[in-house]
Amino acid sequence: MLKAKDKEARRGNLITFAIVLVLTLVTMVLENVMSPGSLLFTVIKKGAVYSLVAVSMNLLNGFTGLFSLGQAGFMLLGAYAYAIFMIPDAARDSVYYLFEGSSIHFSFQEMFQHLFGATGFGGGVSLVLGVLVAIIFAGLIAAFFAYLIGLPVLRLKSDYLAIATLGFAEILRAIFQWQTLGKVTNGANILKGYPTFADFNITNASGKVLFRLSAVVPILLAGICIFLIVLLINSSYGRAFKAIRDDEIAAEAMGVNLAKHKSLSFVISSFFAGVSGALFAMFATTVQAKVFTSAMTYEILLIVVIGGIGSVSGSCIASFLYIACSEWWLRFLDNEAYIGAFKVPLLRNGFRMVVFSIIIMIVVLFFRKGIMGERELPDLFRKRPKKAKKNVVEEGKADE
Amino acid sequence: MEFLVAQILSGVSLGGQYALIAIGYTMVYGILRLINFAHGDVFMCAGLMMVFMCASLPVYVSIPLMLVLTVLLGFIIERAAYKPLRSAPRMSVMISAIGVSYLLQNVALYATGGQPQTYPSLPFVSGTVTILGASTHWVTVITPVLVIVLVLLLQWLINHTKIGMAMRAVAKDFETSQLMGIQINKVISVTFIIGSFLAAVGSLLYFTNYPTVIPTSGAMPGLKAFVAAVFGGIGSIPGAVIGAFIIGICETLIKGTSMTVFSDAFTFALLIVVLVVKPTGLFGEKATDKV
Repeated sequence: MLKAKDKEARRGNLITFAIVLVLTLVTMVLENVMSPGSLLFTVIKKGAVYSLVAVSMNLLNGFTGLFSLGQAGFMLLGAYAYAIFMIPDAARDSVYYLFEGSSIHFSFQEMFQHLFGATGFGGGVSLVLGVLVAIIFAGLIAAFFAYLIGLPVLRLKSDYLAIATLGFAEILRAIFQWQTLGKVTNGANILKGYPTFADFNITNASGKVLFRLSAVVPILLAGICIFLIVLLINSSYGRAFKAIRDDEIAAEAMGVNLAKHKSLSFVISSFFAGVSGALFAMFATTVQAKVFTSAMTYEILLIVVIGGIGSVSGSCIASFLYIACSEWWLRFLDNEAYIGAFKVPLLRNGFRMVVFSIIIMIVVLFFRKGIMGERELPDLFRKRPKKAKKNVVEEGKADE
Repeated sequence: MEFLVAQILSGVSLGGQYALIAIGYTMVYGILRLINFAHGDVFMCAGLMMVFMCASLPVYVSIPLMLVLTVLLGFIIERAAYKPLRSAPRMSVMISAIGVSYLLQNVALYATGGQPQTYPSLPFVSGTVTILGASTHWVTVITPVLVIVLVLLLQWLINHTKIGMAMRAVAKDFETSQLMGIQINKVISVTFIIGSFLAAVGSLLYFTNYPTVIPTSGAMPGLKAFVAAVFGGIGSIPGAVIGAFIIGICETLIKGTSMTVFSDAFTFALLIVVLVVKPTGLFGEKATDKV
């Protein structure tokens, strides 16, 4: 019986993987066929970034049962770590002009450019390596701060943990806006000039774009990270996290070290939040501390809820839907419209977000399980539930 | 000296305004064990209503009307967003509260068209007065007095009336009080009504000191008032008031130095220290399950 079950699970996983692969390829083709300014690509890029941060929040809220609202703070750390260490030295003076230059004269990309050269294929290699190293560095910075913050905060429970982490995110935001640190963080001003997704488009020597990759790169980066999180969730650590979520006392009695596992989950979740912060910086092309407010964390939390607390694929689907609705599909509500001579009432700038938040409230109140509940996408590709029921019955008989 | 007096005066006044919001948090938490994230946005909505009504109505009509409408808003939010989730896990209710806050902010954004709204100058409270050589608005003097009067009234309501007794019973034990025949929905509604009323009064005083109202102007005062409630010991009304005064004064003093950016951060640092060192707060009675 077990073998058949394994087979089914593998089939589901394969189908899911194939769907993701096909969608990625379709994106790659579409990007080179359609006009690159289409909102579709904005949605895809932002959706990929948000699905990573939503999954990282789900790891904490849905799988470990730690209700944390610090995600925006860790994204801020990641975004700043990425931006500060990726701005080319030549551009620093113009970015930091208010503070007469930066005190940091180092960029990962340039480090690799010294090794591989700055143009042609070597330039490409140093871009990819530089971005990868910077992203991992951004994650590590966020993880390090998460470890420090976790020491006092993880002793709190449920809503107190939520408020304390929210508070830390606000403190971080204040520190990054502090003018005294301006030589490093550029104070309350924007950081820009670092490599973004658009830099991954393959161009010829004169700068003409030959092949666009800017929408595929975020999918790939976020996809790899989400895959790593899924591996973690299915490991023995993941099972320990779920045990803590379901019953702390029982988990402790079974030998799960609560403090260690909570801290581990918090640090790993923050690592990926930091990575997604770096990706967000690449998406937005500028970094400014005032963007990473608690409203951003609420947005991510709502995505997790819509997707289903405790479902990785749910979070991914929900983040693409959420971004598509808020940026694209509901946009018609913002413009005045006429049916014949009749002017449709209420349509005006901002109406989109009102409708959108009403939809969210309906989901929160009446569809509390969200899109996926606790199921994953591969579960949906197993055999029909009717047959599955039969299997269960047979299994039960065999056990008897 | 004059500078210091002015700072402390405006700190006391700010603290009083936080206190009026904090009471709403602490009462709702005491009864429902819910952090009502939407409370700060109810406060903001009260401010916006005042702006819109003053445009067409005289002040003496719009103030009572605004109080009534805000109370109605708080009542409707409880009935629509929290009552259906009464038997759901606590996390769902909290998420619902965040959803309501998001909704209110977006509705406000729609109503204002994204433009900051100029708060009307109210007669009397906006006038200036000189105390110990420091000139200030009347509102700084009125706020602490009004807060003390309202808190005394509230204490009387809670300790000496039937509904107050019911509230205390529900806060002590939700289910038993239900079995004893207390109409729990009525008690919860009254709690929300009192909380919204105090937030509306608070908004009258708070926004007089600020030139404009924007859709997010409720979020930060809301969070700070919550911190005040935790600091004073959540569930305790005198605790919330004292906590709010301390936070208001500290914040204003920090704003007077060169560390202005940290005036918000200080509040949260205080929260974390309180939660870690003395989770019951200044006047909290019993250890709950927060740690």
